Amino acid sequence: MVSKPSAAPGRKAVYRYGYRRSRDQDARAAVRHPVIVVGAGPVGLTAAIDLALRGVPVVLLDDADRIGEGSRGICWSKRTLEIFDRLGVGERLVAQGVTWKLGKVFLGGEQVYSFDLLPEDGHKMPAFINLQQYAVEKELVERAGEIDGIDLRWKNKVTAVERRNDAVRLTVETPDGAYTLDADWLIAADGARSSIRALLGLDFSGVTFEDKFLIADIRMAADLPTERRFWFDPPFHFGQSALMHRQPSNVWRIDLQLGRDADAQEEQRPENVIARLKRMLGEREFSLEWVSLYRFNCCRLERFVHGRIVFAGDSAHQVSPFGARGANSGVQDAENLSWKLAAVLNGEAGEGLIENYETERAQAADENIAHSTRSTDFIAPRSAAERRLRNAVLHLAPQAEFARRMVNSGRLSVASVYDTPLSTPDEAAFKGSAKLGAPVPDAVMRTRAGENKFLLEQLSGGFELIHVKNGARPDAPEGIKLTTIGEDLHDAEGMFMQRFDATPGATYLLRPDQHLAARWRNFDAAKVSAARARILAP
Amino acid sequence: MPKLITASQFPQPDAAYVALVEARRGLSEAEAADLDTRLVLILANHIGDADVLNEAIALAKTAGRK
Repeated sequence: MVSKPSAAPGRKAVYRYGYRRSRDQDARAAVRHPVIVVGAGPVGLTAAIDLALRGVPVVLLDDADRIGEGSRGICWSKRTLEIFDRLGVGERLVAQGVTWKLGKVFLGGEQVYSFDLLPEDGHKMPAFINLQQYAVEKELVERAGEIDGIDLRWKNKVTAVERRNDAVRLTVETPDGAYTLDADWLIAADGARSSIRALLGLDFSGVTFEDKFLIADIRMAADLPTERRFWFDPPFHFGQSALMHRQPSNVWRIDLQLGRDADAQEEQRPENVIARLKRMLGEREFSLEWVSLYRFNCCRLERFVHGRIVFAGDSAHQVSPFGARGANSGVQDAENLSWKLAAVLNGEAGEGLIENYETERAQAADENIAHSTRSTDFIAPRSAAERRLRNAVLHLAPQAEFARRMVNSGRLSVASVYDTPLSTPDEAAFKGSAKLGAPVPDAVMRTRAGENKFLLEQLSGGFELIHVKNGARPDAPEGIKLTTIGEDLHDAEGMFMQRFDATPGATYLLRPDQHLAARWRNFDAAKVSAARARILAP
Repeated sequence: MPKLITASQFPQPDAAYVALVEARRGLSEAEAADLDTRLVLILANHIGDADVLNEAIALAKTAGRK
């Protein structure tokens, strides 16, 4: 998402942090750090926390000293929440957020389609929560402060980047003047208008959609159901589309399509915004929290990895917001990169593993861009002829299932399934919802102590071998934690058996990011070792 | 190997044509275009084969060229 934020009612600081002078600023020569992350948004903070928890110290630089409000991410997907949970903030965020899983699509005043994003139980994390991005950032900043090894420096703006053979040199501007830093690796998580990307002169190209959208957060005490509502051609906003979505504390996100000819200045005047919203909300009392006008881009860098500089999140790829694929994919970039970078820095893996970040996350970016482009094409047809086709789908939807399946108001973010050389191809067939290259499904398990716990909570964050007991307990190869089903954990509800298509002896190797890397019908130490080696040296 | 069948399939092609004519009789150009668009979607789904659909699109585009 791009285009400039509005003037009114303005972008307020919600939380402010202080600049503190670092000892590095007094050093005679540039101090060298293993990892410097630029950008303390959800992506940079996720990377910093994940790396620090893996024992890699991180310097995190941000050019501001505050978390601001604004039209930014509000929908956090199940996979993102599972990552946040591993980092220690998942429960706090779910407690603050609005949990939802239902979506409804209307044509005019009539419902034509609805969806349920998590029809299955036994998952710790919900399909989605809605929570203002600043609230997520605040929790992540707090979490970062609890962890040794994260040095978060506000008001540190990178003004120059110099690529060296095995390092990156940065010039950093602060209120006390400039200083230089060296990094073995630099993670550029500095957003859609990435200054690192600009400093390197990298081309960021793709498709810009001409339609303008008005995005407003309003405060309103409304007794409406917690679901995503999307209208095509609603009676209150003729010929365009509208979206309404609940956030915590009686805040609602409203998104109104204005078409391509809308006058940005006029449309953002509060009286005009309020008039539009009144047509939608009728007599309900509301106040404007924030409003902005946007056009959407779908684009990406050709490469995310440039030597020792790695781009993650919006700096690497941008999508339209219909699908919640921006911040969610960024957090997933950060998780994908963190364990790989830690393995490289610990000497467990070669730099080829960073190239695999490129392989896996470029797949995810392409998938997100494809979905997002298709959604935007459906929501904002480019010509009268395209609009006719779109409306034909909508008019058929109430009567024909095939048309309902074509109705596209945003295909919401789900975890990517990586087609990756890190996976060991299956020797035997497996059914169930667990897929090679995908995060493993959660399940309710019973512990030795007889408590019910979620499977994902039991994972260590390293290489993990899950083995279904079938006689003696096997010895896991070095560097892999073993969990046996039927001993360490019990499949009391049968969820594991069903979701993993488990049989006695079945053995599953998980990557540190909880993705399934290999599975067998029986334990074989040599095969497990080979599968681990394949992950570390792709 | 093309999958799109272009050989005649209706036992009475004239009757099929008339059915399409009658469907749009009395309609404005815009109404007829809406009808045709819905028909395209219904029939495309009935066929349910992306290869056939793409071949049909290609044929339709070529035939229209002057």
